[in-house]
Amino acid sequence: MKHYKLKKFASLFLATSVLAGALAGCGTDSGGGSSSNGGSSSGGGNSASGDTIKIGANLELSGAVATYGLSIADGATLAMEEINASGGINGKKIELIKVDNKSENAEAVSAAIRLAEQEKVVAMIGPATSGNSVATVQIANQHKIPMVTASGTAPNVTENADGTINEYAFRTCFIDPFQGTVAANFATNELGAKNVAIYADNASDYAKGLAASFKETVEKNGGKVVIEQAYVAKDVDFKSTLTNIKGANPDFIFIPGYYEEVGLIVKQARELGITAPLMGADGWDSPTLIDLAGKDALNNTFITNHYSSEDPDETIQKFVKAFETKYNQAPNAFHALGYDTVYYLKDAIERAGDNVTGETIKNMLAETKDLSLVTGKFTVDEKHNPVKSATVLEFKDGNQVFNSKVNP
Amino acid sequence: MEWIQQLVNGISLGSIYALIALGYTMVYGIIKLINFAHGDVFMLGAFIGFFAIARWDMHFIPALLMAMILCAVIGVIIERVAYKRLRNATRIAALITAIGVSLLIEYTVIFFRGAAPEAYPTIFENPSFNVFGVQIDTRSIFILTVSIVLMMLLQFIVHRTKIGKAMRAVSHDADAARLMGINVDNTISATFAIGSALAGAAGVIFGIYYTRIDPLMGVLPGLKAFVAAVLGGIGIIPGAMAGGLVLGVVETVVSALGFSLWRDAAAFVILILILILRPAGIFGKNAREKV
Repeated sequence: MKHYKLKKFASLFLATSVLAGALAGCGTDSGGGSSSNGGSSSGGGNSASGDTIKIGANLELSGAVATYGLSIADGATLAMEEINASGGINGKKIELIKVDNKSENAEAVSAAIRLAEQEKVVAMIGPATSGNSVATVQIANQHKIPMVTASGTAPNVTENADGTINEYAFRTCFIDPFQGTVAANFATNELGAKNVAIYADNASDYAKGLAASFKETVEKNGGKVVIEQAYVAKDVDFKSTLTNIKGANPDFIFIPGYYEEVGLIVKQARELGITAPLMGADGWDSPTLIDLAGKDALNNTFITNHYSSEDPDETIQKFVKAFETKYNQAPNAFHALGYDTVYYLKDAIERAGDNVTGETIKNMLAETKDLSLVTGKFTVDEKHNPVKSATVLEFKDGNQVFNSKVNP
Repeated sequence: MEWIQQLVNGISLGSIYALIALGYTMVYGIIKLINFAHGDVFMLGAFIGFFAIARWDMHFIPALLMAMILCAVIGVIIERVAYKRLRNATRIAALITAIGVSLLIEYTVIFFRGAAPEAYPTIFENPSFNVFGVQIDTRSIFILTVSIVLMMLLQFIVHRTKIGKAMRAVSHDADAARLMGINVDNTISATFAIGSALAGAAGVIFGIYYTRIDPLMGVLPGLKAFVAAVLGGIGIIPGAMAGGLVLGVVETVVSALGFSLWRDAAAFVILILILILRPAGIFGKNAREKV
């Protein structure tokens, strides 16, 4: 029965993606046409004219992961208002054009085409999820319009499987494997862990990437991985594997995965009497985690994340204050990343000077160095990924408390 | 000690399968229909219990009874709307309809509330205690007790009451039962009501034990319970109980040996093996087909 359902789903999916491919193909043709008609006096991509700079935002404003997209849009809007209030970029005001991609790959592609061809934006904020970002990278490359995703953490957004770099794709967040490295450094250096266990979601590339980089760093730091286990998403009973892990007697357990399963794993681990510190990454960051695991079970657990609103850092507190004044709530990591993405673009456009085109912005983005933002100070590496710090948070009675900042 | 702990883990997992399998096996025993919607009635029971406890502040026992009663009503409606008119159709038609009903329930729930999971509120404050280094969960003892009590109750209803006698008669030969003055429609409705009430109870207990509930939560436990029912001998009530426990322990052993990713596969390998080697199940007798 399950098989039957899957098969049907797969064929539907196939049909949709073929359609999407066809649509994308159409878009490209007309795009090529229009750019050659318009003349290429100012290099590749659309260029800014008049006294406004148009920046597109291709975001998940509705659908499955709407909270991500809406948060990024709020953060970006705040940044835009701040920049315009202080005189804009080189005297020009920014205009943010938001398009809803409905949290779907095909919609993200058509939103990107619309931004490139109809709205004539010079740069765009990419979709929040890695999947949707990967889908739009092609459009960005073809139209020579730099796309910066705020929160797409998968390595393949900027780097293809064959090692080539997507010229026009950038991101504001760190990449997945980095969080594994940070967690490993935290475990061995801060907590003094020697014998660690890994319990990873077997089905997600995200979790597998984190587990691999965690293991590598732990071993480099002289620690030992005593047991490595995996679980399947949607499972509810983890006790037998946890009993195995308990038997290996680790002093630290790394659990990369998403909150739906992690909540139950943490709860069941504590029920079995496992008292070792548990750690995960930004996949744990959801209020549902606290409902599932319970406040007590979550004590002595840690996560790595992009930023913490409780970080005493001055830039962060200034942002938190501005955000709270405007929206009456504390900003989360997505708000901060959306905000930073606009400033990241602003910095590049500023350095591009008078010649603001997709191509010059792209070159400037790639040259970004020591840029101080809310989610950390960063320099862009040759793979278009920012090298920046991560924040470690600890759960205390159901609240995320700022623990420390770990530099790469 | 670790092995005793694993055995305890296995028995608690198995009790859940047993609880779902009881309703499965009962409906099959009476009308020879594999009710694939059973897993989804189980899911509805979990959600009814969730709303009763978390939103309307009801206590555990009233919430459980409410879930059982509403699920019984839903079960009867499903039978009257979907299965009744197929009573004389081929077995495969009824089976496909059951799959259709299952999908209809799942996606209706998703349509109205989305697919996001819900977390059950905590009812037992201090859930586990330690016996010679083995952590035993009060809730798993509770589940095991509830399953055994419900199994005995079911045995009593089927073998000692008038409606049970009618059920057995209908199961034996529906036409002859009708000639003897038994109301076949009502008897089958009663069967569905009892079976669905059991599924509802299992849903609430599952929620309390595992915390996370979602609209597709019934699919895999439903299939596993089906395996448990076949393993014990489908249609035989103590067989469902034994099948559930055996399945739970086997899955736990597979995980304990380090093959946690093969756990689901193990359940279905058991199904295939039992169908090849002993189709009547552990408790089943090879009854000769009457001609």
